[in-house]
Amino acid sequence: MSFFKDLQRVLRQNIREYGMFIALFVIWAIFAILTDGIFISSRNISNLLNQTGYIAVLGVGMTLVIVIRHIDLSVGFLAGFLGAVAAIAMVFWGWPVLIVIPFVLILGLLLGFIPGFLVAQMGIPAFVATLAGWLIYRGAILVVTEETGTIVIPNDIFNAIGNGYIPDIPGLTFMPEMHKLTLLLGIVAIVIYIVGEINGRRKKQDYNFEVLPMNIFVLKLVFVSAIVGGMTWVLAGYNGLSWTVVVMLIVVGLYHFVTTKTVLGRHIYAVGGNPEAAELSGVNVKNITYVVFGQMGMLSALSGILFASRLQSATTTAGTLFELDAIAAAFVGGVSAAGGVGKVTGALIGAIVMASLTSGMNLMGIGISYQYMVRGAVLAAAVIFDVATRTRK
Amino acid sequence: MNDTPILEMKNITKEFPGVKALDGVSFRVKKGEIHCLVGENGAGKSTLMKVLSGVYPHGEYSGDIIFDGELQRFGGIRDSEKVGISIIYQELALVPDMTVYENIFVGHEIRNGMMVDWNETIRRASEMLKKVRLDVNPAAKVRELGVGKQQLVEIAKALSKDVKLLILDEPTSALNEQDVDNLFVLLGDLRAQGVTCVLITHKLKEVMDIADSVTVLRDGQTICTLDAHKGEVSENVLIKHMVGREIDNIYPKREHKRSDEVVLEVKSWSAYDPSRERNILEDNNFTVKKGEIVGFSGLMGSGRTELALSIFGNPDGYRVQGELTLNGERRSFKHPQEAIDAGVAYVSEDRKRNGLILIQDVRQNITLANLREIARRGVVDNNAEIKVANDYKNSLNIKTPSIEQTVVNLSGGNQQKVSLAKWLFVKPQILILDEPTRGIDVGAKYEIYTIMNRLVEQGMSIIMISSELPEILGMSDRVYVVSAGKITGELPVEEATQETIMHLATRN
Repeated sequence: MSFFKDLQRVLRQNIREYGMFIALFVIWAIFAILTDGIFISSRNISNLLNQTGYIAVLGVGMTLVIVIRHIDLSVGFLAGFLGAVAAIAMVFWGWPVLIVIPFVLILGLLLGFIPGFLVAQMGIPAFVATLAGWLIYRGAILVVTEETGTIVIPNDIFNAIGNGYIPDIPGLTFMPEMHKLTLLLGIVAIVIYIVGEINGRRKKQDYNFEVLPMNIFVLKLVFVSAIVGGMTWVLAGYNGLSWTVVVMLIVVGLYHFVTTKTVLGRHIYAVGGNPEAAELSGVNVKNITYVVFGQMGMLSALSGILFASRLQSATTTAGTLFELDAIAAAFVGGVSAAGGVGKVTGALIGAIVMASLTSGMNLMGIGISYQYMVRGAVLAAAVIFDVATRTRK
Repeated sequence: MNDTPILEMKNITKEFPGVKALDGVSFRVKKGEIHCLVGENGAGKSTLMKVLSGVYPHGEYSGDIIFDGELQRFGGIRDSEKVGISIIYQELALVPDMTVYENIFVGHEIRNGMMVDWNETIRRASEMLKKVRLDVNPAAKVRELGVGKQQLVEIAKALSKDVKLLILDEPTSALNEQDVDNLFVLLGDLRAQGVTCVLITHKLKEVMDIADSVTVLRDGQTICTLDAHKGEVSENVLIKHMVGREIDNIYPKREHKRSDEVVLEVKSWSAYDPSRERNILEDNNFTVKKGEIVGFSGLMGSGRTELALSIFGNPDGYRVQGELTLNGERRSFKHPQEAIDAGVAYVSEDRKRNGLILIQDVRQNITLANLREIARRGVVDNNAEIKVANDYKNSLNIKTPSIEQTVVNLSGGNQQKVSLAKWLFVKPQILILDEPTRGIDVGAKYEIYTIMNRLVEQGMSIIMISSELPEILGMSDRVYVVSAGKITGELPVEEATQETIMHLATRN
């Protein structure tokens, strides 16, 4: 009995943190039932995650922008534009891939400083400054693709980013249908997770902090390990980890580290929590604004690369509505419009939730019109949930 | 003028969590008089007026309000306006980008069916402007008018609602002399037309000039109501009533090791605020010595906080002139970070607005201003951070279940200690405390004072800005008094009394 009471209490206290995991779990379960299991087939999950990539990286950057109480509407067409620039650099200028990718990323960073300047230095509302960017980049895509229309990218290395999978360990013959390296990475991830959690718990106990009761703690370990293990198993059953997922995990991992462990991360959340107090505490709010918009530009470039690579071409409409999907992913992932609250891991989950809705409804044969309505309803529900759980404190 | 009261507030008590802001206040205003309400900061004047105007509706206070012979139970500001009570606040409540006539009738537009009758609006607005002797085009935007004229527009707005009792909260604090004279002439006119006025003010000279009666509040209680026409009112009498409390013996003694070593010297320090388009600080000179507590006294809005912030990296972007010498070196700080690096810390007046990050926990708040100290290559060392936070939690006796507690859940006194801990962690040489004990209980106050004594004994210098005179007298070694952006006097604490300080603070 006390186990369930504990569970109830822990869930209630951490509802904000666990809420979206539970939501994702429920959504997957519902679709799995409604599609007779097709939804959770290896092939579908693998495709779903690959489609999430270019939105997830935007969602991660957008989370930081919203944390410091701003917004960036220009990211979609900026991604499309930079994808086109990458295509042009490879196809028309003949630049090698290894030059093109860093070049486009740095270009994205520099272009990100422009709204940073307008917002931090000129005091222009981010909504307006980036709406201007939205229009300008939309025009810019049309300009660079005007003569050629869609630019086909004939580069295998570049296209592998959006379509390829990591190689398997050569020479292993058991379980021929499974991708062994993926399984191995999955096991390593689970071990690292469990060891990290146990160490963290011990340290917290040393400092007399409140920790989860032992049985709940074990339950959490089992639950998370099962999810990671399950995902690994599913992906290993179909080509293994894709490069898109690898890129996505690296970005989320890096951002998670920066936001939770570094001085820079602390300063970003301090500015979001109370800009005046942060400024008086010696945090340079302007510089933080530059950094956040700059990284947003860089992730837009990455998103553009992922998308162009996936389509193996740069198109005139690339990036359309990405910004809204990214904002939705961030909000579904628990970022608060009031500032100072929100995790980058949440944005990843948020992006997967939104992609799952699309994928599941496609499998069920639901028309696009109703898909938009359902996604809108889920977004609204996520924000209502956020507001409701915040005020109850 | 006759003796029938237009307003009687009887036995008004209003409590906030932990504080009794009003304790059985009685307030009686006669029909057609100009009645001044005076008292120190925190005496309860604003709270009383908020009870009267319905900001705190019936049920949130106890006591009776009788207006125009009837018992009133206001549920909100609209109710009090309906019976003819209007308040004009220090911060004017006009819409700057709307025209004068729109502003006068905003909220009670003159209608013609569904539509606003603009012709009638402009005609009536012109009438009102004539009444307040304001010669401006009613179609001018309010933004284009000076503060003095904006105030007259506010009064015109009140008159358009058939006001019977006009309350002005510190109406002259932002006005120049010419505008003050105009305003007082107008108030005289209104009195002749039968409008009753309540004037809240800090400037005793104005009270002497214009009041028919004066009520003094102190510590949430009515001290007395005086009749100006019977020669009962003089500045000295008023000051005595305003401050006349015993200084409670709540200030811990400290060993005086006075040093003559000057650590901070500020000379001919002025600041211009572009957004207010005026000088907010004018030619200030002061010094701070090693190991002393320098009190900065003055009334709210006198420019003490602006003085402190203009030294502390000037985050509000004033145009600052003057010399600042720290440890014998000329310095100028362009950002709070530079001031912090040089050993200056500023504990802000309003910990909720710009002191703490309420949604973050105790630990994160304490280390925010000096994360570099516990970080290596930009990565925060969690163990070091926990140790620092726990050390301050213990040494300042911060009462919290854990350093992972969100600051918003702490009491005011403990929040203030977190704020203090944050600034002690930067290990400053000069600690500026802006209203260090505002809104915290007596026990926590005593603890803060004890900490202050410990710090100066260790050689730190403290600049203490405070509106509480007993605190200034009880804690300072030397006192500067600030009034209207200028230091009007310096007193060794032995020579300072509540009366001398109040005289200096009500100058200008």
